[in-house]
Amino acid sequence: MTQETPQWRPRLKDIANQEELFTSGQRLCAGCPAGSMARMAMHALPRPKNTIVSQATGCLEVASTIYPYTAWRVPWMHSLFENAPANASGIEAAYKARKRQGLEDDIPDLLVFSGDGSGFDIGVQAASGAIERRHNFLYIIYDNHAYQNTGIQRSGATPKYAWTTTSEVGKKEPGKLLWKKPIALVYAAHDPAYCATASVYHWRDFMKKVRKGMEVEGPAVIHVLSPCHRNWRYPEEQGMQMAKLAVETCFHPLWEYEGETRKYILSAPSRVFALKPEKKKPVEEWLELQGRFRHLFRPKRRDDLIADFQRLTDEDWAFIQKLSNMG
Amino acid sequence: MTPLKRNPPNRRFTCITYPEAGAMGLTGDWRIFRPVVDKEKCTGCQICWMYCPDTAITMDENNKPVFNLEYCKGCMICETNCPVKAISRVRETEAEAAVEK
Repeated sequence: MTQETPQWRPRLKDIANQEELFTSGQRLCAGCPAGSMARMAMHALPRPKNTIVSQATGCLEVASTIYPYTAWRVPWMHSLFENAPANASGIEAAYKARKRQGLEDDIPDLLVFSGDGSGFDIGVQAASGAIERRHNFLYIIYDNHAYQNTGIQRSGATPKYAWTTTSEVGKKEPGKLLWKKPIALVYAAHDPAYCATASVYHWRDFMKKVRKGMEVEGPAVIHVLSPCHRNWRYPEEQGMQMAKLAVETCFHPLWEYEGETRKYILSAPSRVFALKPEKKKPVEEWLELQGRFRHLFRPKRRDDLIADFQRLTDEDWAFIQKLSNMG
Repeated sequence: MTPLKRNPPNRRFTCITYPEAGAMGLTGDWRIFRPVVDKEKCTGCQICWMYCPDTAITMDENNKPVFNLEYCKGCMICETNCPVKAISRVRETEAEAAVEK
């Protein structure tokens, strides 16, 4: 990796003096890490006064912009579940046209937020098209593992054996029967300028990735894990710890893909577990803290299902290690 | 881009509210537990400020956290993530008495 400019390092003392662009008073559930995630992203912007946010439907959109109010101090746009990246490409095209006519002298940075319902299922074709057309925007998918906003329906992001209201636990079915979509790999296969996974607990890592994704010329995608205590059923103050454990069990490994070199690189919080595999925790530790996996432990412990979950996690982790030449 | 302006005071009906803190109302009454900081123990690392989902923490001139109780929803993420355990919780109904003490 050859970089002429030194990489931006977030320092809390400097960031704390910046203006808050995502304000208080929004209606997210108490303890929802999506609020922290949005704040971290807004504090990492290279040009905060010259950024436009386009947002897909999701918890963050519904809670932060109840008509006619808004919690965002930046120009902000929402249309539907499926077209947040298409909106962003339209905004960029409009600014380009106005620049050509001499009406604007600058094209603003574009930031797209979407939840996992939009990023994994409904909005894939718009995102895929926008990346293919090489629009200059950053697409942040915050993943809380289901459609939490409409009442916990399963999505492509829900892991196997998780309880949701549309994958009920009963005698015949132990929750959802299918594994999670590897969405960051799907977008990385589009060969964007930058693609990464992140978690809300590792704020420094996440903010560096946001800055990198905004500064790079061309499309960038970040898949960030943001736990939800209403579906996952953990005490609300443990949100950051759940995100941390997901990284420590290698359920959600952190890596980045650079379009320039076409290389997959494991990020520091996950590289530890590739170099020292004995530090990696069994995924059972993460599962037993969550109420949505309670049927794997009570009333009867289902060792076969836990072993299956561990096998799928290990397969994904081995694949990422292989991609990044660390395995 | 042009800077944002506040609502003109003489217009009674506007479709757009300009963004400001608490444009959607206060969220402090959601709280069950109130965070209380021990300023002796606090090292000023600002981790609570970074993790607060509600932007309810500001840092004072000594770099110690101040909680904005109008917006703090009492999620206690700051308490769980404090590396030196300087933040503790007080039940909201007992908070007034505890603060006076």
